[in-house]
Amino acid sequence: MINRIVDNADVALDGLEDGMTVMFGGFGLCGIPENSIAAIRKKGIKNLTCISNNAGVDHFGLGILLDNGQIKKMISSYVGENDEFERQMLSGELEVELIPQGTLAERCRAAGAGIPAFFTPAGYGTEVAEGKEVREFNGKPHILEHAFDSSFAFVKAWKGDAAGNLIFKGTARNFNPLMAMAGKITVAEVEQLLPAGQLDPNEIHVPGIFVHRIYQGSAFEKRIEQRTVRSRS
Amino acid sequence: MALDKNGIAQRIAQELQSGWYVNLGIGIPTLVANYIPEGIDIEFQSENGILGMGPFPFEGDESPDLINAGKQTITALDGASFFDSATSFAMIRAQKVQLTVLGAMEVSENGDIANWKIPGKMVKGMGGAMDLVASAENIIVAMQHCNRKGASKLLKACSLPITGVQCVKKVVTDLAVMDIDPDQGFILRERAPGVSVEAIVAATEGQLTVPEHVPEMQLD
Repeated sequence: MINRIVDNADVALDGLEDGMTVMFGGFGLCGIPENSIAAIRKKGIKNLTCISNNAGVDHFGLGILLDNGQIKKMISSYVGENDEFERQMLSGELEVELIPQGTLAERCRAAGAGIPAFFTPAGYGTEVAEGKEVREFNGKPHILEHAFDSSFAFVKAWKGDAAGNLIFKGTARNFNPLMAMAGKITVAEVEQLLPAGQLDPNEIHVPGIFVHRIYQGSAFEKRIEQRTVRSRS
Repeated sequence: MALDKNGIAQRIAQELQSGWYVNLGIGIPTLVANYIPEGIDIEFQSENGILGMGPFPFEGDESPDLINAGKQTITALDGASFFDSATSFAMIRAQKVQLTVLGAMEVSENGDIANWKIPGKMVKGMGGAMDLVASAENIIVAMQHCNRKGASKLLKACSLPITGVQCVKKVVTDLAVMDIDPDQGFILRERAPGVSVEAIVAATEGQLTVPEHVPEMQLD
């Protein structure tokens, strides 16, 4: 067994430098790597290009890196939940690239699967297609999209083991497995870190080969963005 | 009388067929789930990674690990499954999802849709909408016929940045049900109860083909 465990979030950031391109798993606030984001904030790494489906909310998630001026560019599919984000974008402090969600996911997957580029129909005929190669397959136009190139990927899982194997819970899976595959260095924080042998190999979502550093997360807040319920009556 | 949001959702729900996997967008489309006709078996897909999405949880049962693409807390029905975002859009691109219902700011007579950006005003992003409209075979748009100033949102050509080209097949508004055909533009199929053909013609800027007989919608 190759042991992937590191002591904590601070150690897990070793090698992360100003100006790097990094990925963050999660959809909205669901399944985000809270501990790694907090550690990046504390370490003060700047000028990051962040690939993440969303940009957090005000003062939580990636919002805490935005507050601190640590993000130079966001690559996302949807960014509507954050006033500070909007302010920085409209003032030109923050560069923003918006791309279709499925394309975002596939560019992560491709990076982790050794596929340099692929054709997708998403965005054909729109602003997203500007400057991109178009080819017809089966009579339908597709645009060429490239795999991401990311120095670090920060992901969050429900359970993990010493070998770096990961299991996710519910819809907190989202982009996490794909980004885990894509990172040159992938850092996983987990709610439960277990010794090797404690996870059923049949139930692993991400094999440990994709996870370089794993640590036990602490004090997960797991904030709910839209609490919607129905009455029991 | 023009339909309210629930009426639009109720009319769209009549399009549902047993055996369909259905993706509902944010807003009016979400309400469609409240009107599934008796005896129709469908499953809802939410692109953040669930098939078999159920209703909102009972108070106290909500989980931060179980949300829909609108970031609302939800439940998973018996037979549900969770998956990653690439798998989710794999099923969308490969047309495993039979129906997509989404909102729009504008639709054009050739089926273009605009719903992701108002330059200089609103820049939230397209989320999964571009993937959905580029691949789905069956797209129904749920929208108001006119904007708050009374200007038509069913146009000859979209004025806003588009989300997809020639993809919308059907539009259900507060006034009418329309199909879209490359040659005939919007084809008026049904009127909202009490709404005249003339009112719909007046509210539609794009080419509108009006058949001889245009029945009223039948809503219970």
